[in-house]
Amino acid sequence: MTSLSRDDVAKLAGLARIEMSDEELVALSNEFTVILDAVARVQEVAGEDVAATSHPLPLQNVFRPDVVIPSLSPEQALSGAPAQEEQRFRVPQILGEE
Amino acid sequence: MIRNSASEMAAKLERGEITSVQLTQAHLDQISAVDTDVHAFLHVDTEGALAQAANVDAKRKNGEKLSPLAGVPLALKDVMTQKGIPTTCGSKILEGWRPPYDSTVVVNLRKNDIVILGKTNMDEFAMGSSTENSAYGPTHNPWDLTRIPGGSGGGSAASLAAFEAPLAIGTDTGGSIRQPAAVTGTVGVKPTYGGVSRYGLVAFSSSLDQAGPCARTVLDAALLHEAIAGHDPKDSTSINAPVPAVVAAAKAGNVKGMKIGVVKELNGDGYQKGVRNRFEESLELLAAAGAEIVEVSAPNFEYALAAYYLIAPSECSSNLARFDAMRYGLRVGDVDGASAESVMNLTREVGFGREVKRRIILGTYALSSGYYDAYYGSAQKVRTLITQDFNKAFELADVLVSPTCPTTAFKIGEKADDPLAMYLNDIATIPVNMAGIGGMSLPSGVADEDGLPVGFQIMSPVMKDDRMYSVGSALESALLSKWGAPLLSTIPALAGSK
Amino acid sequence: MSLTYDDVIAKYEPVLGLEVHVELNTQSKMFCGCSTIFGAEPNTQTCPVCLALPGALPTVNEKAIESTIKIGLALNCSIAPFSRFARKNYFYPDMPKNFQISQYDEPICVNGYVDVEIETDEGPKTFRIEVERVHMEEDTGKSLHVGGATGRIHGAEYSLLDYNRAGIPLVEIVTKIVPGTGKYAPEVARAYVAELRDILRSLGVSDVKMEQGSLRCDANVSLRLIGAETLGTRSETKNVNSLRSVERAIRGEMIRHAELLNNGERVVQETRHFQEDTGLTRSGRSKEQAEDYRYFPEPDLVPVAPDAAWIEELRAALPERPSLHRKRLQEQWAVPDKEMSAMINADVLDVVEATVVLGADPAKARSWWLGEISRIANEKDVAIKDLAIAASDVAEIVALVNAGELTDKLARQVVEGVIAGEGKPAEVIAARGIKVVNDDSELMAAIERACAAQPETAQKVRDGHVPAAGALIGAIMKDTKGQADAARVRELLLGHLGQATN
Repeated sequence: MTSLSRDDVAKLAGLARIEMSDEELVALSNEFTVILDAVARVQEVAGEDVAATSHPLPLQNVFRPDVVIPSLSPEQALSGAPAQEEQRFRVPQILGEE
Repeated sequence: MIRNSASEMAAKLERGEITSVQLTQAHLDQISAVDTDVHAFLHVDTEGALAQAANVDAKRKNGEKLSPLAGVPLALKDVMTQKGIPTTCGSKILEGWRPPYDSTVVVNLRKNDIVILGKTNMDEFAMGSSTENSAYGPTHNPWDLTRIPGGSGGGSAASLAAFEAPLAIGTDTGGSIRQPAAVTGTVGVKPTYGGVSRYGLVAFSSSLDQAGPCARTVLDAALLHEAIAGHDPKDSTSINAPVPAVVAAAKAGNVKGMKIGVVKELNGDGYQKGVRNRFEESLELLAAAGAEIVEVSAPNFEYALAAYYLIAPSECSSNLARFDAMRYGLRVGDVDGASAESVMNLTREVGFGREVKRRIILGTYALSSGYYDAYYGSAQKVRTLITQDFNKAFELADVLVSPTCPTTAFKIGEKADDPLAMYLNDIATIPVNMAGIGGMSLPSGVADEDGLPVGFQIMSPVMKDDRMYSVGSALESALLSKWGAPLLSTIPALAGSK
Repeated sequence: MSLTYDDVIAKYEPVLGLEVHVELNTQSKMFCGCSTIFGAEPNTQTCPVCLALPGALPTVNEKAIESTIKIGLALNCSIAPFSRFARKNYFYPDMPKNFQISQYDEPICVNGYVDVEIETDEGPKTFRIEVERVHMEEDTGKSLHVGGATGRIHGAEYSLLDYNRAGIPLVEIVTKIVPGTGKYAPEVARAYVAELRDILRSLGVSDVKMEQGSLRCDANVSLRLIGAETLGTRSETKNVNSLRSVERAIRGEMIRHAELLNNGERVVQETRHFQEDTGLTRSGRSKEQAEDYRYFPEPDLVPVAPDAAWIEELRAALPERPSLHRKRLQEQWAVPDKEMSAMINADVLDVVEATVVLGADPAKARSWWLGEISRIANEKDVAIKDLAIAASDVAEIVALVNAGELTDKLARQVVEGVIAGEGKPAEVIAARGIKVVNDDSELMAAIERACAAQPETAQKVRDGHVPAAGALIGAIMKDTKGQADAARVRELLLGHLGQATN
């Protein structure tokens, strides 16, 4: 049986950038015990000899020529912006590396 | 007029018996009359639809050559971008967002002069089987307003069954076109992956998502299929080959000499009795029409659901990362001194619903270092096995068939607290997405025990979509002869309906 | 107390690892058709794809693939018959999708090397830098930090984002670990980046302007005791934006690590930022808790499987290696080392070569580009190559001088005119009315006028005081508006005044 603790879920929520209440973390951790048991069944048949399929069709080498096509106008580009300034997207202070 | 099929409407338009403006207005009136109860639409574009209709009427008056569905109205699932029209994907996080660009499907609809009435309700980001996960409230099944219309494309399917639109666009990642079609007594087709462009389809699971036609008849679905399909250089996964001749196949409806394979694993225990009865009955009708019925086995299908609930959440955890409050959509917690990181965290907490968060977390886990091979990697291997099962089965049969889903429509709220029970709805539809092949659901009658519609699923090999239209059309006409009238003519009248 | 570099290398052996990011000079972005022109107004080169609007999908720029394969071939790599794009997932506001399309375990080029030669105490020595992989990815947007002290991220109140750069094709070139460079580690690193820059330039795949960020270097440095087997903890220094900085950053990090180790402290595995002004590095984000990027194959793109014929076609068209090319030119032109370095440092070798190809004498071509043209560039404070003068212009001017149509002095005026945008040399000559007065009768008239105006001086010359002729020549040159050939004037004047013209 696979299970995820409340703290495991909290770490995943951090990676996924979703704030979660303690209640939610506990609830999800309980649900995951059931869900992970169900999905872990894939391991029963996923042998070494089986190739992985990441794409349903065997397409390859799909390219486009290096040609410039018109961009959106800056007004269109910024039309959905929650905040803007000087034709740029205004966002809260960024923590972390430069 | 609104109870006609799309092709009948198109014929009347061509003969000049009605105008597109009249037809569009009639549907807008029906929406006003019944949508308070059904809630199929999230946005109705009255002005835009009427303007587009007037434009088609003018073209027709000028004697321009028009496409077969020109002037016929359509409902668009709210997962497709349409320039200037709100596109929410059923989520709070995109409330009020108006895309500055058209999806390729919308471009193709316009080329064909199909009139877009508005955007239909859906499970948030197409995650769900009941449309209960919409942030804007559930859609109700026109057959019984206390029941779900299926999902994620419940709005599109319900709009057809409620005669609010004769055509709709859906998207199908694990059954989101076919399962709603089954539970509303309508037709829904998931084309071969890559058959219809995904450009402008807001991604849930990129390697599984596919847009397709929803309609009330097989021929209508084929006409819409041809209008929206074809190669698109903007989608690298789009197939660069001619669109299969689906309209011709639907018109001919010939199954003589075709081998129809019944998938042993997609029937039996766990399938409602009435669902099984209608399925058996349909097989008899197809045999009578000249098809040969054979049994095929697909032993790995039993792992499809598990693989799906790893692959789809993994891809969605990455696809939905862009909803971060920086460039568009909802922004929460932007107070003095707040950091971008905290604004992202708070916005995604408030902006996403429970099911979406559940899947994002599950996908984040399945991809994380140390677990990738056990979960995502293994799921991709299962995908290979499922494709191999299909390949073997298609050596024995031209198409495969099964019930579309195990049960008829359940009550709203009945499975809301049990994600696993909810996931089981998709057990028969998911294998098709895993292998990228085509799938169709069409009505095969109502279940004896509850009088609710039952769907019949047809699966065809990659880019042989015409085959499912041949079989679907043959079955549809056999059933029509048997019933004497379309199934939807027996739907209980909605209050206020025209 | 701080250590000297000699103290460090007496005790420790540095191990390097270099990651170079190169912006390709394609017309359009990696995954969409937006223009890549540098310096455009903010957010004017963006579209649904590079802004990550819901529903948008990437498409691969064929030229970018071709350029990457060329780079791989030039760096002696194997080109993978099958490679794939992968998503690298992490949240950052300058990255619109919150994942970067990159390559992970299936890069397009692997296992190459670059040989660099540096001067050592024992004479020139070649070091082989092994290249682990060359892969494709996309650049991020640019953030402008508002409020706070110096536009830096720390203390800023908010940030403004411009996504013009988001999605510009990037190629990342990663070396294997580089041991065995000893005290020459900083020079070897510098020579490697310089060689890469020259190779990329010769391929024509990038502008390779470090100051504009089209070539960026991250330097990993660790130390271990001389003779030790296990590697020390490394730091990764970013923002190293000039060749000189590469050298300084590595030297600085070696000293910093050695001080920590000597004091019994631990080197922290972290990202550090190079400070151009102080030459020191500053701590960035600690990598102690490694990011989990959750790589997986990009489902919106299909695999890249270049066929052998294409690869061979590209291989056949590779230019000569810059280091070999330079050696060949130096021999052909018979240029001393010092002059050769001067051309390389001034970044004019290729224009000089182009000028020579168009017929100019190598020495003349060199002296124009390194002399007058360099001087004007300095004066205007721009790069020589940004001046509006081409190799063809210089070749034409050199030819005119050789033909006696221009004097050196007039030629300088023509160069100035071309640079000022007055047109091609012929147009400048016509517009400015520049011409050599080589009509002797015209010159004789001017000589007579000068002698008449300065009879005493003329007499002195007649009396044998040849140096006095200078004043007359000056007057004649002035009279002919500088268009006369001074040597010819002198010859005619002395003859006129009965003096030998030695």
